[in-house]
Amino acid sequence: MSSARVISAGEAPEAERGLRQAQSRFWLLRMARKYPLVAIFLSILGLLLLVAVFAPVLAPYSPTKTHSAQTLESPSGSHWLGTDQLGRDSLSRVIYGVQVSLEVAVIAVAIGVGAGITLGLIAGYSGGLIDEILSRYVDAQLAFPPLLLAIAISSALGPSLFHAMIAVGITGVPRFMRFTRGQVLRARELDYVTAGIAIGASRRRILLRHILPNIADPLIVVGSLAAGGAILAEAALSFLGVGAQPPTPDLGSMINIARDYLQNQAWLAVGPGVAIFLIAWSFANLGDALRDALDPRLRER
Amino acid sequence: MTAYILRRLLFMVPVALFLTAILFVVLRLTPGDPAQIELGEQATPETIAALHHELGLDRPLVVQYGIWVVRILHGDLGKSLANHQPVLRAIGDRLPATLELGILAFLLHLVLALAVGTLAAIYRRSILGPLTTLFASVFFALPGFFFAILLVLIFAIKLRLLPVSGYAPLYGPDADLGENLRHVSLPIVALAVPETAGLARLIRSSLLETLYSDYIRTARGKGLSEWVIVTRHAMRNAALPVITALGLSLGFVFSGAFIVETIFAWPGVGRLAVNALSSRDYPIVQGVVLLAALSIMVATLLADIAYAAADPRITYTRRRA
Repeated sequence: MSSARVISAGEAPEAERGLRQAQSRFWLLRMARKYPLVAIFLSILGLLLLVAVFAPVLAPYSPTKTHSAQTLESPSGSHWLGTDQLGRDSLSRVIYGVQVSLEVAVIAVAIGVGAGITLGLIAGYSGGLIDEILSRYVDAQLAFPPLLLAIAISSALGPSLFHAMIAVGITGVPRFMRFTRGQVLRARELDYVTAGIAIGASRRRILLRHILPNIADPLIVVGSLAAGGAILAEAALSFLGVGAQPPTPDLGSMINIARDYLQNQAWLAVGPGVAIFLIAWSFANLGDALRDALDPRLRER
Repeated sequence: MTAYILRRLLFMVPVALFLTAILFVVLRLTPGDPAQIELGEQATPETIAALHHELGLDRPLVVQYGIWVVRILHGDLGKSLANHQPVLRAIGDRLPATLELGILAFLLHLVLALAVGTLAAIYRRSILGPLTTLFASVFFALPGFFFAILLVLIFAIKLRLLPVSGYAPLYGPDADLGENLRHVSLPIVALAVPETAGLARLIRSSLLETLYSDYIRTARGKGLSEWVIVTRHAMRNAALPVITALGLSLGFVFSGAFIVETIFAWPGVGRLAVNALSSRDYPIVQGVVLLAALSIMVATLLADIAYAAADPRITYTRRRA
């Protein structure tokens, strides 16, 4: 399903039928039936996205307003997940926490993908010294456990949610850079690229119009898995105190706060933990399912 | 081969310097002044300036870094800004605790993963296979610190089997092996189990791949039992990707240690670093980062050597055609 295919008019009837099918109203349903796993996890994530977007409407209480009279209440009819040590409704905090986590996924992966692809394209296409330097840097960064690096970056920039996102994004750069570089190196040898050069296409045009669209498929897979990892990493940073700061409702820091109350108010930790797990798990399984769905070997032609 | 090893070792130096240089600069650009933090209430512009001068923080960045590098070469990693303890001693005091945690966790996860992965490969038509994959997927998404907290909830608080946190030394006047083992159990499980799932899945798939090759078919044709086939013939070749994965997982010991040590109040290097980060104790942070980077690079090198030793087809030397 790459955009590099060209169909000429009046060609084999299968092409016409395929085109008509793609334009039909039931395309979505058909895709869902063909790739059920992708559909399932995409739906779960879609649900979470709705929760995040409609947080102000869904959350029964404010996530940050404190009520000194209602501290540490057990789960009840009015507070489904109880209240925390400052009287804030736990369920509302978890809902807003989901919003925060999805923000993190988007921004951190955007940074990683943006910087990673750019560096990968440059390194793969330029070759020579530039490639050598960039590859050595990426190797050096990979020699270091990503969590430690993220902790260092985030605490150096000043602990905050935004800096944690940046830190996590930076730790993801090597993966995307290497991946893009590999794809570029392979694509460089292909005939249509040589042809493009022969007719005088600029370097940028070749990169953008020919190479980039063809790495879109595996990139989505890697991106999805990276999103899961990014959410977990940010949660860990916030748990350690170098990410989101109070009163920001962040799932990781909520678990950290709950540590002090494990004896009697265990649910304060369980709610956010399960939420993180659901989000990360959905992203991870979506990535796996997409990888199987987009596998060119399984395509019917 | 020795040339390759020497080249790798040599490469480690500039990488370590590069990493620490960046960390050096970034730390000092941080908001948060260690002098101010230490002086607290008594901070006035004069006292802060005096402390800056005493700690050498008023010199240009490059000079500070240069001084640090020179001192390193003499084995002096500087002094903690908080209690003026030599960094090397501070780290050295806490290293045994972290090593105990890391080594035990590593061994545990290796043994468990080998057991589960091998069984899943042998009984490949049973539910063990999909179960292993499921667990690997679950533990990938389950935050490590949440898992640790769940462990504490279940085993320490609800069942009261093990202590919630703390440490008992292994040697010295207060040494108590039993208490130490009790306190180290949950941290080890918290550190090892998440990694076990992934490694078990890798072992299983690697073994399955090997078990379909021709030479295994010959062995079966000879009438060897499945067990002998797996242990004496298949393992050797299936081990290759596993060795690489193990090399990488040594890095997890460091990252995981940070979190686990914090949760269980384990007096190791990880907790030292986390505290040092929040109090802007630069020398400690730099010392820990330097040591961590070096040990990870050594571990990766060892893994690569082990890999080359295991697979005679792999050679790192340059061939002349």
